[in-house]
Amino acid sequence: MAERVGIIAVAQTKYHPNRTDVNEEELAYEAIKQVLEETGLTLSDMDSAVTCSQDFLDGRTISSMNIQHVVGAHLGHEDNISEDGINAVYAAMGQILSGHQHIVLVEAHTKESQGDKSLIENAAFDAIFMRQLGLDFTSAAALQARRYMYKYGITAEQCAKVVVRNHANAKNNPFAQEPMDISVDDVLGSKMLISPIRLLDTKPISDGACAMILAPEGKVKKLTRKPVWILGASNCYETHYLGDRDLADCDALVKAAQKAYNMAGITNPLRQIDVAEISTEYSYQEPLWLEGLGFCDQGEGGKLVDSRATKMGGKLPVNPSGGVLPGNPNGVAGMARVAEAVLQLRGEAGDRQVKGAKVALTHGYTGICGQHQAVMILGNM
Amino acid sequence: MQTVTEKLEGMDVWIYHGQINIPNTYSAGAVGSRFLIELRDKKRIMGTRCPACNRVYIPARSICKDCFGQLDEWVEVSSKGTVLTYAIDYEVKPIQPVEHPIIYGIIQLDGADTGFVHMLGEVDPEQLRVGMRVQAVFKKEREGNILDIKYFKPLA
Repeated sequence: MAERVGIIAVAQTKYHPNRTDVNEEELAYEAIKQVLEETGLTLSDMDSAVTCSQDFLDGRTISSMNIQHVVGAHLGHEDNISEDGINAVYAAMGQILSGHQHIVLVEAHTKESQGDKSLIENAAFDAIFMRQLGLDFTSAAALQARRYMYKYGITAEQCAKVVVRNHANAKNNPFAQEPMDISVDDVLGSKMLISPIRLLDTKPISDGACAMILAPEGKVKKLTRKPVWILGASNCYETHYLGDRDLADCDALVKAAQKAYNMAGITNPLRQIDVAEISTEYSYQEPLWLEGLGFCDQGEGGKLVDSRATKMGGKLPVNPSGGVLPGNPNGVAGMARVAEAVLQLRGEAGDRQVKGAKVALTHGYTGICGQHQAVMILGNM
Repeated sequence: MQTVTEKLEGMDVWIYHGQINIPNTYSAGAVGSRFLIELRDKKRIMGTRCPACNRVYIPARSICKDCFGQLDEWVEVSSKGTVLTYAIDYEVKPIQPVEHPIIYGIIQLDGADTGFVHMLGEVDPEQLRVGMRVQAVFKKEREGNILDIKYFKPLA
């Protein structure tokens, strides 16, 4: 990259099953207010804003139109991303690298509690060949889970271990929604939703917001004593029709990771990355995404989650925050991973701190069976 | 539109119940339309073959995802195939076209290079296996819709 881009402040709301006490702009305001207070900047210092929200989840057409005044876009510049917020961070990085924008506010918010998640997801499928079958993201995920488990011999117990570890980690995260004291047997005994996916293999409905301020290297050092740098970032799409790809593999994630690693100079991810925050709305996704990210070979994700490596204190702690499974909203989930990684790299992650973390991997995805994958590598050196 | 506004107990917050009802029309396109007409009129499952990579796409489509080439060679594939994966949905949802539990499947039809996303029926969920051989069951009254195929059932 020509000039480095730094993240100078991050904030999240505490994730909650139903924030009826606030509307969308008030929810966004909670997170934005914190990053302004931390930096001493005001909205008038922002050159632009990149927001992330999804129209159907917000229940309105062009969902950024009602939050302009809380993102500094009243008589100002704003762009809206409808995928995951991690792509809003990417877009902000691009704006800064263009040289035309300098200090950029990034914001993502979602109130899943306000809509019918299954109906909204169904509307994401092509209208002619898939939507009429009544599919939603969880039934599609169940098709992917079965295919992945069949092809590589991944077991329900291995997926359950992912749930148990993420919930245990979430207890150390003050922003976590519903950290649960659960065992593998609890997961395997929970209600079957869409076989092979059980209730505890998924996340609960969640409301929340996340905000960040990004700046170019020349300005970062005046604004924070603890800058975190974007070392590499990329994203990649899969085809939409589910029959076109082998759902046991995640080719788009492999490509997104490879490009981000090339930018960041990473050749051995397991050795060079100190902590990973990845987005897994369903438990089977953690071993699958870990394969796609190159932390192990294809089909070896189950063994990796069985090992000590992904636990706190292991070679590659995965989701010290607890990740998405204890409750993060779509759209915010991947950006929350970036926020958590920033806290890790600033040494401000409290009880979930990975000691001496210098390089972090963050991951977000959007859509059906991880159709759109995004990877961002951060560092503090 | 009927609307209800409720006051949440113990909070000075008002919740407004709304619904956006927007009718839409979706074109299946020239190639998608022919696929649906073949289903309706001849109970044939048609794909298109890419001249560059030789891949046969089901449902038929007009553009190859890898080659970006236009596909105009039509190929009939078998109505029999192999289950690549399946999911049994026990949840009751308004979007579902049949009574629950609904079994989704991706089927590799003989002669096709892509999977076909549909439903499975006339099968005990306990007996279902990846790799199971199945065949399409067509509806009697067909209207040019993906649901003209009722589901796929195990081969006798």
